Amino acid sequence: MPGPYAENAYAIAEGQRLYRWFNCAGCHFRGGGGIGPPLMDEQWIYGSAPADIFATIVEGRPNGMPSFHGKLPDYQVWQLVAYVRSLSGLVTKDAIPGRSDHMSAQKPEPSKAAPSPRVVVMPTPSEQAR
Amino acid sequence: MAGTGGRTIAALADDHERRTLERTWRPPPGLIGWLSTAHHQSIGKRFIVTAFGFFLLGGILALLMRLQLAQPESQFLGPDLYNQIFTVHGTTMMFLFAVPMMEGLGVYFVPLMVGTRNIAFPRLNAFSYFVYLFGGVMLYVAFLLNVGPDAGWFSYVPLAGPEYSPGKRVDFWAQMITFTELSALAVAVELIVTVLQLRAPGMALHRIPLFVWAMLVTSLMIVFAMPAVMLSSTMLIMDRLVGTHFFNPVEGGDPLLWQHLFWFFGHPEVYIIFIPALGIISCVVATFCRRRIFGYTAMILSLAATGFIGFGLWVHHMFTTDVPLLGQSFFTAASMMIAIPSGVQIFCWIATLWSGRPRLHPPLLFVLGFFFVFVLGGLSGVMLASVPFDLQVHDTFFVVGHFHYVLIGGAVFPLFGGLYYWFPKLTGRMLHERAGAWNFWLLFVGFNLTFFPMHQLGLEGMPRRIYTYLPEMGWGDLNLLASLGSGLIALSVLVFLGNVLSSRRHGRLASDNPWQAGTLEWATSSPPPTYTFLHIPTVSSREPLWEQSADQPVVTGLHRDIREVLVTSLLDAEPVHRIRMPDDSIWPFLTALATAGLFVGSVFTPWAVPIGAIPVGIGLLGWLWPRQKDYDEQVTLEGKR
Amino acid sequence: MSAAWSQRGERRPYAGWFAAVFFDGITSPQSALAPASPQATRISELWWLMFAICAVVFVAVIGALLYAVFHRRAAASPSVEATAERGMTIAVGGAVAATIGILFVLLVASISSSRGLALPLGPPAVTIEVTGHQWWWEVQYADPEPSRRIITANEIHIPVGQPVLFTLKARDVIHSFWVPNLHGKRDLIPGHETTIALQADRPGVFRGQCAEFCGYQHAHMALLVIAEPPEQFTAWLEHQRRPAVEPGDPQQRRGLEVFLASPCVMCHTIRGTPAGGKVAPDLTHLRSRLTLAAGTLPNTPGHLAGWIIDPQAIKPGNKMPPNVFDAEDFQALLAYLQSLQ
Repeated sequence: MPGPYAENAYAIAEGQRLYRWFNCAGCHFRGGGGIGPPLMDEQWIYGSAPADIFATIVEGRPNGMPSFHGKLPDYQVWQLVAYVRSLSGLVTKDAIPGRSDHMSAQKPEPSKAAPSPRVVVMPTPSEQAR
Repeated sequence: MAGTGGRTIAALADDHERRTLERTWRPPPGLIGWLSTAHHQSIGKRFIVTAFGFFLLGGILALLMRLQLAQPESQFLGPDLYNQIFTVHGTTMMFLFAVPMMEGLGVYFVPLMVGTRNIAFPRLNAFSYFVYLFGGVMLYVAFLLNVGPDAGWFSYVPLAGPEYSPGKRVDFWAQMITFTELSALAVAVELIVTVLQLRAPGMALHRIPLFVWAMLVTSLMIVFAMPAVMLSSTMLIMDRLVGTHFFNPVEGGDPLLWQHLFWFFGHPEVYIIFIPALGIISCVVATFCRRRIFGYTAMILSLAATGFIGFGLWVHHMFTTDVPLLGQSFFTAASMMIAIPSGVQIFCWIATLWSGRPRLHPPLLFVLGFFFVFVLGGLSGVMLASVPFDLQVHDTFFVVGHFHYVLIGGAVFPLFGGLYYWFPKLTGRMLHERAGAWNFWLLFVGFNLTFFPMHQLGLEGMPRRIYTYLPEMGWGDLNLLASLGSGLIALSVLVFLGNVLSSRRHGRLASDNPWQAGTLEWATSSPPPTYTFLHIPTVSSREPLWEQSADQPVVTGLHRDIREVLVTSLLDAEPVHRIRMPDDSIWPFLTALATAGLFVGSVFTPWAVPIGAIPVGIGLLGWLWPRQKDYDEQVTLEGKR
Repeated sequence: MSAAWSQRGERRPYAGWFAAVFFDGITSPQSALAPASPQATRISELWWLMFAICAVVFVAVIGALLYAVFHRRAAASPSVEATAERGMTIAVGGAVAATIGILFVLLVASISSSRGLALPLGPPAVTIEVTGHQWWWEVQYADPEPSRRIITANEIHIPVGQPVLFTLKARDVIHSFWVPNLHGKRDLIPGHETTIALQADRPGVFRGQCAEFCGYQHAHMALLVIAEPPEQFTAWLEHQRRPAVEPGDPQQRRGLEVFLASPCVMCHTIRGTPAGGKVAPDLTHLRSRLTLAAGTLPNTPGHLAGWIIDPQAIKPGNKMPPNVFDAEDFQALLAYLQSLQ
């Protein structure tokens, strides 16, 4: 299931804006990770499906990912979901946002090669505990 | 060598000549034939009809805008759709209607007026039409799929850049530019070469009709101006597609770079639209006053001066940015100075009218409308040249009023005059005169009702490109008036369409020269045969049909079974050599298709450029591939020296 | 101050409609022909001079044209005698010379006005930094001491009769700062910092609007410049420096809690509370402003409520999302926001 905004360039660009406005880069930088895990690679601790990323943003996750429950309307979360997925090339190529008009600490979005679609799903903590 | 002297003798020999020429020059039949023809008459008509179609589409968009703005806080159109509509309206009118329409008239009439049988580089001519058509179609398909551009017809960055215009909307706009500018450049080159190399013997520089001079100046302007916009639109696509930073201030680029590059083209562009219309006016005024235009040399110098000075005005679109004050004053002076050559032309026409005997047929009515509307627009332009005043009314409806006055007054009114004037030559029938008068008056009244109030609205603070406005602003009444006026304009265009459709069937049959005009295109039948002239004429005066006797020599000795024209010298048009014109071919169409594929593909991926170049290369190969028939004909030509 | 929002609802008799349409409109709240500053006055005078000259030229040219077309003629002949040609040459030459002369006059008038506008008005009494965003104006009053700086949005107060210097920046795309009663416009260009100096000659509310197409809601990006006597202005400044009013009753306290728990806090600042979002207008003194949403709505409780619940219905495409509250919470929120004088 691609999620509601997988092919919508406007929504993904809005996700890019919200990523900047709400300071996701504070932990995830421009996708390369820092305090938080990278978002442009193929390792998804909690899953790369849109619903998984939605849950990550809304509920928060252990080890520092805050919960944005009640702080973002659903459609903005979906826009962020679409943008985050675009960072690892999981949306259609035409809808990838262009380079932003701000300082570039990374290669422009359209020139990043999409990594292979193999997704490695790490076991969730509860699964690990079993 | 072709010999001059000797006339057509027996009617029987004439008939045989005509049939042979007809067979040589006629376009091939059928759909493949339609796609292959390289004849300037067919292609010129296609340009005219297609451009008029885009005029209608752009006009419908304008009516939608006026419907939306007729009332404050109207809910008819939302901001997204309105932004697309005003962008596509401006883009259509400037790139898909005005320039191609003038080119179409040039492609059809310049070879006729200079006395030759086809335009130079005929296959390039065919190619340029298809490239233009595909570009326009691409834009409208995008618009109908809600991917139409929405950043204005001059697409300022950073709004049109990758961050603030997501998706492919602006990419389609930028690539449409590439299509239309390629087409315009090609036609410009053809026209320049036609005018400089293919004139009838005796048509020295001082005998060239003013319309041809106008098309020459326009074509030279196109050659210098169009590359600037092709470059800047390519830079925009690169910023958006591959992440360059031409216009990104944070990484060393500058949004003002776009403005400079665009307006360096954009200002000459409006003169590219306007100068051919000046040529049409000279034709119409001369014919309907039955005298040559007063001040021929001054007229030519004015055309050249307008073309030249037009390249020095572009910063007047940028007075509100932080361009240095001293520079601004220079552009104020230049922008006022360009009124001088226009003034010279207007006074010369008035002198012609005064000393002639004007006959108020529709073509002249439209030209009189030009005077009223364009002079008003030119005066508001002189006001806008002043920096302090421009600081108040820049980007308001005052400017919208101004440029519609100069563009519609300066190009559309003369265009309608030209269409009424040349319709008999193009189709063999006369347009109805009374309908023509209605057409004119509806357009004149409707136009002024629509656009004059806009000057007031701009002074009252109404900015451009707003999809709605608050009731408290007090702009509602004038906007309503403007919208009502636009209905009259629409009615006028409908009258024109009705006139054209009805006259094609039931119009009075036209003689060779129904207006008793003086230039060479009226020496052929209406419409002209595909070979245009039974014999290439020679010329010994500026108005050949008025001042030359029936004894005027014609050119004989050119082959009738090979497509051949006469090349003459640059200054005095003395015969130099004969040249073989290429045959019809499907390859220009195929190459245009391949080019369209390359351009459209490069909107989506940079790989389209190297990969798309392969079909284009194949198309060019097919186009230029020498054939046995060509070789045989060349041998024949050289053998019969 | 209410004059800016008076309704033009009177019905006009049909016969007088035409005249009314053309002349009454000069009472538009944003008219360049109702100057209230030395610069706007200068420009307005230049306009009337150019208008007069161009009107005369227009009448002369069209008059000559109509005469040329319709005057009585003698015998018909396609070629004209030499004397007539010479006469016409002189006439055309004279007209061209007159054209050059008139253009020169206009050029001198324009350059003279330009120089007049470029003359400094004097040291600025206030320096204000205006940053254009898609589709609102961020306003910062500069001060050497950082704690005395003020950030507000969409409404600017200036002292009457004193020069004010504006430095103009853009955060995203090109905008244009334009208050027609006070001066011409100046563009806000990303990567460039531009300046404009204004001075109001009389107190009043002067409306301005963004004048460079900047996206979906360019049409609804207005601002107000309010010129007040210097004492009133200083009082306003002092008031704006204070942090937000503390909630006065339980409902307002509940309103502040609702604010801090809802999406509002992601974007907006209310100084004196934990809310510190920087990407949307500062709400510290929301109630002290005349309008909402960059001049789109009057600042009344009903409009504020409608705006918060569904900004997309009023300014579709703008960056503020719709919000869902239950009734009690919403009333509390409104009560709190209404208290932010």
